[in-house]
Amino acid sequence: MTTDQIWRSEEQAVFALRGLYQRYGYAPYKMSQFEEYDLYVRNKDFLISDKIITFSGEGGKLMALKPDVTLSIVKNAPEEPGVVQKVYYSENVYRDYREIMQAGLECVGDLTQYDIAEAVLLAVKSLDLLGGRYVLDISHMGLLAAVLERCGFDEGKQKQAMACLRQKNTHDLKELCGDNADAWETLQALSGCRGGAEELEALSPHLTGEAEQAAVAELKALLEMLKERGYAESVRMDFSVSNDLGYYSGVVFRGYLEGIPASILSGGQYDKLPRKMGRKSRAIGFAVYADLLQERSREDNSFDVDTLILHDGTVSLSEVNRAAKAASKNGSVLVATTAPKGRSWKNLVTLKGGAQ
Amino acid sequence: MDWINIALPKGRLGEKAYAMLKNSGYECPAIEDPGRKLIFENPEKKVRYFWVKPSDVAIYVERGAADLGIVGKDILLEYEPEVYELLDLKMGRCRMAVAGKKDFREPVGQTLKVATKFPNITRNYYAGKCRDIDIIHLNGSIELAPILGLSHVIVDIVETGTTLRENNLTVYEEIVPISARLISNVASYQFKDAEINAIRASLQKQVEEK
Repeated sequence: MTTDQIWRSEEQAVFALRGLYQRYGYAPYKMSQFEEYDLYVRNKDFLISDKIITFSGEGGKLMALKPDVTLSIVKNAPEEPGVVQKVYYSENVYRDYREIMQAGLECVGDLTQYDIAEAVLLAVKSLDLLGGRYVLDISHMGLLAAVLERCGFDEGKQKQAMACLRQKNTHDLKELCGDNADAWETLQALSGCRGGAEELEALSPHLTGEAEQAAVAELKALLEMLKERGYAESVRMDFSVSNDLGYYSGVVFRGYLEGIPASILSGGQYDKLPRKMGRKSRAIGFAVYADLLQERSREDNSFDVDTLILHDGTVSLSEVNRAAKAASKNGSVLVATTAPKGRSWKNLVTLKGGAQ
Repeated sequence: MDWINIALPKGRLGEKAYAMLKNSGYECPAIEDPGRKLIFENPEKKVRYFWVKPSDVAIYVERGAADLGIVGKDILLEYEPEVYELLDLKMGRCRMAVAGKKDFREPVGQTLKVATKFPNITRNYYAGKCRDIDIIHLNGSIELAPILGLSHVIVDIVETGTTLRENNLTVYEEIVPISARLISNVASYQFKDAEINAIRASLQKQVEEK
């Protein structure tokens, strides 16, 4: 039996991802199972879910089973000029009263454009490594924030516009823009953008603001780098990808694998999180939700064991041993005196009084 | 070309939506034969339809059992599924509204008791007004609640307003207009975007020609 047959698909995936991140100089990060609840409450909008499992710790301190890894990493990240901490993790996190297997990486510190682009490259490579057809959708929170600001939307309208973009909902977006023709023209172009560098080029004339043009230049350089690495075909500009504007500031992305009905990878640049913690660092990272790989598991689970050897207890040890050894060449073997309930087998070998 | 799975809401809305999809070239003759079958396929067009309870359409689509679905905006607002809302089909039009007895006067300084099938929409609406409410979650015959004094008002879908009128009730505030929407699973959209956008474009054309 090979390790492929023993390990579940998500375990194999996490093992392979760890190797990938290590090859790019990322160091393993191991965190404790729980953190002070206060850390999560102060940054609850950063979390995917606010259903956190809490319990009383020493001295009555309220503790939480970790719902997220990023906050703990950023909290302890370096702040010296020129220093960047690159770590990866494979941890179980606890959300919505479920244990979720998650792998990912975080790059925190005095980031350069290369660090950011490399993190996005590793996101594409992670999808590639998981096998099958995949797509990485890329957007930019700095760009979206600048456009919404230029449209003159107040906070409430900005939220509604973001929701429309996220849902590719142009009908409600049009209504929201009302007679603001400039806003509608830009937001419609953003919502309809789906493709590579040429789509971004076509979109560029609609993005007139200084911050918008800077974001476009950053995205163009990123796409160019991914193209040079041979990943142009699997990467698309898609502004339905968005994260909380209060935390995310730059490029954001979401990855999909064919056969899995939700995004399996999600991440982005979140410089505003360390800033909220009073730190100067910049940060980018992503998580791979390895549990979702079960959705496309094609493993043959029609049988629990390959061979069941049933003996009546009078058969000699050496005879049972011979039969078990012979059967083990064809896979897993279970030896029993009565057929186990609720389990299934491909082949049955019956041994009676020394004769098969 | 990949197969496209479409979840249709049981009832008149679903039938109208199927008629539009048929006009778009995604016909499936099997669906027009009455029977007890649950799934209908047209291998030539690579399209598969199934009828589900209207409030379940969004779940089928969000979880990827269906690539596309037709669903009321009320369900999208209530359950907030992670799906793409690709088109307003401008049919099945009605409105989500606050209604109460004709002689109703809002109890100032008291918690407002609201009976509804849509607790999430109700909570969001009154949170926006900073109004303290007590939600009474009912599954049907919502109009009974204010008549029997179970609630002060109701939040419900109002189509023609006939049921309200016949029970001496009236609409006080309109929350949001409702109509049927075409929704897509987010991951299906990544890999079947050509087919999904072709369906959307054809349906949009029919909506505009109406």
